Amino acid sequence: MQKLKVLSLPYLVWMFIFILVPIIMVAFFAFTNNEGALTMENISDVGQYANIFIRSIWLAIIATAICLVLSYPLAYILSRIDKHKQSTMLMIVMLPMWMNFLLRTYAWMTLLGNNGIINNLLELIGIGPLKLINTSGAVVLGMVYNYLPFMILPLYSVMEKIDKSVIEAANDLGCNSFKVLFKVIVPLSLPGIVSGITMVFVPAISTFIISRMLGGGSNLLIGDLIEMQFLGNAYNPHLGAAISLVLMAIILVIMTVMNQFSPDDQVLI
Amino acid sequence: MKRHVFSLFMLAAALTGSVGCSTDNTTQQNATEEELYTQTLTISDPDYYTRFKGEDISINVYNWGEYISTGTDEGTLDVNSEFEKLTGIKVNYTNYATNEELYAKLKGGGTTYDIIIPSDYMISKMITEDMIQKLDFNNIPNFSYIMDNFRNMAYDPANEYSVPYTWGTVGIIYDETMIDMDEEDIDWDILWDETYADQILMFDNPRDAFAIAEIILGYSLNTENPDELIAAADKLKEQKKIVQGYVMDEIFDKMAAGDALIAPYYAGDALAIMEDNDSLNFVVPQSGTNLFVDAMCIPTGAKQKEAAEMYINFMCEPDIAYDNIDYICYSTPHQAAFDMLDEEVQNNPVSYPDDELIAERTTVFVNLSDEANKLMQNLWTEMKSAEDETVNKWLMPIFLLLCMVTVVFVLIKRHIKRKKDIF
Repeated sequence: MQKLKVLSLPYLVWMFIFILVPIIMVAFFAFTNNEGALTMENISDVGQYANIFIRSIWLAIIATAICLVLSYPLAYILSRIDKHKQSTMLMIVMLPMWMNFLLRTYAWMTLLGNNGIINNLLELIGIGPLKLINTSGAVVLGMVYNYLPFMILPLYSVMEKIDKSVIEAANDLGCNSFKVLFKVIVPLSLPGIVSGITMVFVPAISTFIISRMLGGGSNLLIGDLIEMQFLGNAYNPHLGAAISLVLMAIILVIMTVMNQFSPDDQVLI
Repeated sequence: MKRHVFSLFMLAAALTGSVGCSTDNTTQQNATEEELYTQTLTISDPDYYTRFKGEDISINVYNWGEYISTGTDEGTLDVNSEFEKLTGIKVNYTNYATNEELYAKLKGGGTTYDIIIPSDYMISKMITEDMIQKLDFNNIPNFSYIMDNFRNMAYDPANEYSVPYTWGTVGIIYDETMIDMDEEDIDWDILWDETYADQILMFDNPRDAFAIAEIILGYSLNTENPDELIAAADKLKEQKKIVQGYVMDEIFDKMAAGDALIAPYYAGDALAIMEDNDSLNFVVPQSGTNLFVDAMCIPTGAKQKEAAEMYINFMCEPDIAYDNIDYICYSTPHQAAFDMLDEEVQNNPVSYPDDELIAERTTVFVNLSDEANKLMQNLWTEMKSAEDETVNKWLMPIFLLLCMVTVVFVLIKRHIKRKKDIF
C-alpha cells in the first residue's frame, strides 16, 4: 500500500499544479475586480447572458441525445460480431479522430455552404438552395459529428463485457427481444450510457470553435462568451472566470444527477 | 489587418501560387533561379548595423501572421534572416492574430517582447496604460522615409512612440456579376439591403462593425456618446436578420468560394481574394471609412531597446520596406518603397486612394474610454444574442447557490443510503 502511494506521487503533483491551482485561480478571479477587491458583481453580471446559457445547454442536450440514439445500436452490433472483425470496425469508428479537429469542422463549412456540395446536389434534384450553414442545426451537426466516437467507445466497452449466456438465459426464461433489451441489456450497459453522455455533453456545452465556424457568429454559446472575455475585444478576465465558474457548477449538477442512474459502485464523482 | 488565421486552409490557394499580391504571377513564376540569388540588399549605413556584432544578443519580435517578407516569393528577401546576417542579432519571431490577443499577452506578463506591431487604437490604449515606451529617433534615421501624412497620427499625436509599418482602408468587397450597380453607387447601406438577405457577411468585431453603422448614421467613428452608440447598436440589430454570418478571417474563404455576395473587408486582403476570384470587386465607399495604421512599437520592459530600434530602422530600409509591402499587399507609408512599386500598383485606387479622399473622408481609430468600450461590448453581445429583456441581477448568484445545494444534498443522501445498506 505504501508503495502504491509513492507511485501516485507524480500524478498528485501534476494534479495539484495543473488542476487544483488553476481552479482556485479561476475562483479567485471570479470573485475579485480589477483592483483585487472582493466583489459579487462578476457573478451577477453573468445573469445577463442567461439566454446564451440556455441555448448552450439546449444544443448540447440535443447533440448528446442524437449521439446516444446513433451509437447505442451500433455499439451493440459491434459488441456481438466476430472478435477480429470488431477491431477493424472500431478502427473505422476512430478513423475520423485521426484528422485534426479544426480541419474536420472546416470541411463541414465547405460542405454546408450556400455554394457547397450539398446545396449543389439539392439544386440538381430541384430543391432550391437551403440555408444550411450558420444555423443552430449546423452547430448541432458539428457537435454530433465531432463527439460521436466519445459516445460509441464507452458504450462498446461496457456491452462487450455482457456475457452472451446472460442474454441466452433471459431468452430461455421466456423474455422476448424487447424484454431482453430493457430488462437485461440497458440496465447492464447503464454505466456506459452515463460515461458516454458525460464525455459528449461536457465538451459540447463548452465548445466555441464549432459555433464560431458553423454558427456564423450569430449563435453565441458559452464557450464563445468566455473566449471573448479572454482573447476578444471585451477583455475582462474577471467576468470570463465568473462565466467559467457558473459553467462548472452547471456541469457538476448535471453530472451529479446523471450519476444517480448508475450503480453505486461506479460513481464518477 | 487580421489576416490568415486559417491560412492552413488556404493551402489550396497557396498551391496554385496565388497568395502573393504582385499584379502578374505568371511572369514572376517564370523568373529564373538566377534572379532569386542575385537579389542583393543595399543598406544606407552599414556601420550603424554592426555595433552589436559578436555580443550574442537576441530580440523578440511579435507580429501579425503573414506580415513580413519571408523570401518565399521569388526575388524577395527573408527579412529576419537578412537582419541576423547583417547585425549578428538573433530574431525570435512569433505571431498573433488580433490586437486583443497581443494586449492580453502583454498584460498577462510572462514573456517580454522587444518589437510589437499593434494597430492605431491599440497604440493609443497602450500609451495611456504605459505599456509602450518612447523611441529614440536618433537611432532610427530611416524614419525620414515615412510620408508626412503618416506622421503625428491621432493615436500618437507627437509621434514619440511608433513608426508606421503599413496602412489600409476598410471597404466593401462584392460580386459584380450578381450585383448590377455602378461602382460609385455602392455605399455602406448596401449591407442593409434586404434584396441581398442571407448573402451578406459582417465583421465579427464590435469596433469595426460599429464603425460601419456610425458612418451610415453620420457619427464620428470615435464617438463615446452613449446615445450614439445605442443608436448604432440598433442599426446593427436591424441588419442582423439579413446577415448570413458574423466572421473575420473566414470572409476570405467565403467570398472566394462565392458563398456570399457582399462583405466589408480590409483593402490589402481584398486584393488577394480578387486574384482568386475574378468576379469580385472592391470599393472604398464615398461616404467615408476607417483608415487603419499598423505601427512598430517597443513595449515597456523590453530588454534590448537599442537593438529593437535597430530592427525598426532596418524595417524602414527602402529595399526591406519594399519587399515587405510587396509580400503583404497592404499599403505602405514609406516614400522610397512606394516609389519602387509598379506604376499600376501606385495608381490602384484600392491600395492608394487619392489624397483628397484620405484627408476628407477617412478617420483613424483612437482608443475609447473604458466606459465607452464597455458599453460598446455590452451592446454588441446583446445584439448578437438577440434577446434583450432585463434580468434580475440576483438570478445567477442564486442559481449558482442552488446548484451547489443540489450537489451537496444528493451527495449527503447517497452517503446516508450507503450507511443504511451496511446495517
